[in-house]
Amino acid sequence: MEIRGLDRLICEHPFFAGMSLDYCDLIGGCARNVRFDTGRYLFREGEPANEFFLIRHGRVALELTAPERGSIRFLTLNAGEIAGVSWLVPPYRWLYDAQALELTRAVSIDGACLRQKAEENHDFGYEMMKRFMTMLVQRLHAAQLQILDVYGARA
Amino acid sequence: MARVPEAASVPIVARVRARRRETHDTWTLSIEAGEFAFEPGQFNMLYAFGIGEIPVSLSGDPGAPGPLIHTVRAVGSASQAITRLRPGDPIGLRGPFGTAWPVDESTGSDVLVIGGGLGLAPLRPAIYRLLAERDRYGQIAVLYGTRSPADILYRREIERWRRRLDTAVEVTVDHADAGWHGHVGVVTRLIDRAAFDPDHAVALVCGPEIMMRFAANTLQAAAIAPERIYVAMERNMKCAIGQCGHCQFGPTLVCRDGAVMRYDRVRPLLTVREL
Amino acid sequence: MATRQHSILTIDGVAALLDALRRRGYRVIGPTVRDQAIVYDDITSLADLPRGWTDEQGAGRYRLARRDDDAVFGFAVGPHSWKKFLHSPAQRLWRTERSADGVRIIAEPVSAKPLAFVGVRSCELHAIAIQDRVLLEGAYPDQHYRARREAAFLVAVNCTEPGGTCFCASMNTGPKALGGYDLALTEIAAEGERRFAVDVGSAAGSGLLAELPHRAATPGETAAAEAAIAGATGRMGRAMPDADEVPALLRRNLDHPRWEEVADRCLTCGNCTMVCPTCFCTTVEDVASLDGSASEHVQHWDSCFTMDFSYLHGGSVRASPRSRYRQWMTHKLSTWWDQFGTSGCVGCGRCISWCPVGIDITEEVAAIRGSDSAARGREG
Repeated sequence: MEIRGLDRLICEHPFFAGMSLDYCDLIGGCARNVRFDTGRYLFREGEPANEFFLIRHGRVALELTAPERGSIRFLTLNAGEIAGVSWLVPPYRWLYDAQALELTRAVSIDGACLRQKAEENHDFGYEMMKRFMTMLVQRLHAAQLQILDVYGARA
Repeated sequence: MARVPEAASVPIVARVRARRRETHDTWTLSIEAGEFAFEPGQFNMLYAFGIGEIPVSLSGDPGAPGPLIHTVRAVGSASQAITRLRPGDPIGLRGPFGTAWPVDESTGSDVLVIGGGLGLAPLRPAIYRLLAERDRYGQIAVLYGTRSPADILYRREIERWRRRLDTAVEVTVDHADAGWHGHVGVVTRLIDRAAFDPDHAVALVCGPEIMMRFAANTLQAAAIAPERIYVAMERNMKCAIGQCGHCQFGPTLVCRDGAVMRYDRVRPLLTVREL
Repeated sequence: MATRQHSILTIDGVAALLDALRRRGYRVIGPTVRDQAIVYDDITSLADLPRGWTDEQGAGRYRLARRDDDAVFGFAVGPHSWKKFLHSPAQRLWRTERSADGVRIIAEPVSAKPLAFVGVRSCELHAIAIQDRVLLEGAYPDQHYRARREAAFLVAVNCTEPGGTCFCASMNTGPKALGGYDLALTEIAAEGERRFAVDVGSAAGSGLLAELPHRAATPGETAAAEAAIAGATGRMGRAMPDADEVPALLRRNLDHPRWEEVADRCLTCGNCTMVCPTCFCTTVEDVASLDGSASEHVQHWDSCFTMDFSYLHGGSVRASPRSRYRQWMTHKLSTWWDQFGTSGCVGCGRCISWCPVGIDITEEVAAIRGSDSAARGREG
């Protein structure tokens, strides 16, 4: 019953929109429900990146700290988005912090588990790859626009 | 509405009624100019006596009598002189010029208003009109992105709009510290969060050219047709009446054929370097 | 039109024409030799006209030369065009005065003295019509231009001696004046003297002609005038290749490598824009008195070859010479159609003659045409 519930949450999440129930079931096998109160961290820089999060409710800020600038917030993620991509590539460590800005409910997916299933079933792996690739390219484009710093008056 | 040509080519003397600081380099002036009708998206030439003229979009409510509202960033000699004017000071003014946002034409549609940085200023008259006749439209979303929380224009007004239940108003900044609890990230990321029917949505986009190009790309990815996307162009401008040649943008004159232009018509031009 | 009855003026008749114009209060302007060029300036008598002179023109080349006859209009065009009189190089638009009661803006009154132009070529009539489109036919007519333009009396001269850089025939703008003038002259030689076949183009022209000593042209004189013009058509030094196709050709070749090649030669000096009879672009300058009590707002000719022309808070849109040359040429030949419904080029050839490095607009079009990406794609 609990598994079926998770499958449904996964299939209803925009990131997995249109995915077959079989695949939702596969992912469900690697998933667990999580919640973070305001101010709690989904993950911290440097820690092993073993999972990623389907944000269902709430808002998450990605941040880095620098000695002279304090906390630098460079992206906020909302319900319907994915938090965490470091589990995809070695060395599987978080490169920044992810803090819940409000009560945040999410589905955590175990990275090692999912990688294993993708290795066993390349069709499934390809389906996952397409979804992550789209998301990553969108994030890349947004990051490129962000670093162009287009709004200020030029001297 | 129709103004005699002399008034278009020679300024009238108007008077500054109030001046408010928006950001570290940007001020909003209220200017008493008598009876004055304009359409959302149009602009005036503001004249600092003995220094020069600059084109500045009208940012006030086209449906309300009262002073004209202009938001000016102090970047050149004329704009610096204009932003230093005090209540009671005279200012030269001629206009209005240029094309309008298709606000009335969007009746029955969902409307996405997407502003970047100072680009919110030319959009504000459109927002006023949309909200004044709210029930003529479907979903309305106002999506605003700027550099940092300190660069947000019209902050109190945005907060007031955000309290409306019939309109989605989202603000995002490119850079923030922990004191900012709103969105961080570029304005195009807000498009995916907005509710609209792509077959019946119109997008009004204004901001730096790169931001408009990115936004148009995201809007098309969201299945909004290029002919339902409008952008506001900016080029050097001296006369505002189609005769000085400075505002040429390929086959168009921005003062006459713009500033508001349909994206499908300018899309091939936007990617030509140094046009 | 071909069967219209010409009148004939002798050289004394032309002198009487100058006198009649002056008597009517016109400031009479025509071609005259100055600084080794035929320029347009005030003329008071026949003696001021460049009688017996011609011009030799090529890419980056203009020389005066003596003719072996005493033709009055035996040359093409010089560095001046009539735009300097109609669309003034410097035009005050308004003044401001500051006093105890505030600031006043005083619009510049329009100038009153009517102008008469003697020796307007067909290409130049077209150039004036093109500037009319830009400056008078938009939503906000230029009052200063309008006052001068409406008062002007135009004596056209049909071309019988085209220059080495002329290409009006290929642009359908000459050499014969087909309208837009008050009187049009065609110079012929007969029985050892200069004669001028006259076409009347307006009621004002007709009224003026009536005051001049003239007679009806003989069939032989009319034929000689037509032959002189027809001969000019065949002696143009240049031709615009496939002129009707040029707007589309340039539109699809904005990234052609030729722009880079021409930019290697172009000095971005702006000479071509200054001598061009249709270039209309202007900038404005505010000049304040030292005590700040008064200022004036003055419009000047500007050139799209300057960096400032496209300056947009922080930088120039067209920073490279490549983009500035492309802007000028595509505007002349392509985007002018989109903006104003006509060509911006009349084939007068001035930009070729007066370019210090001899860039030739017809040669640039031919080069792009010769390696047109779209055409290559179709043939391939």
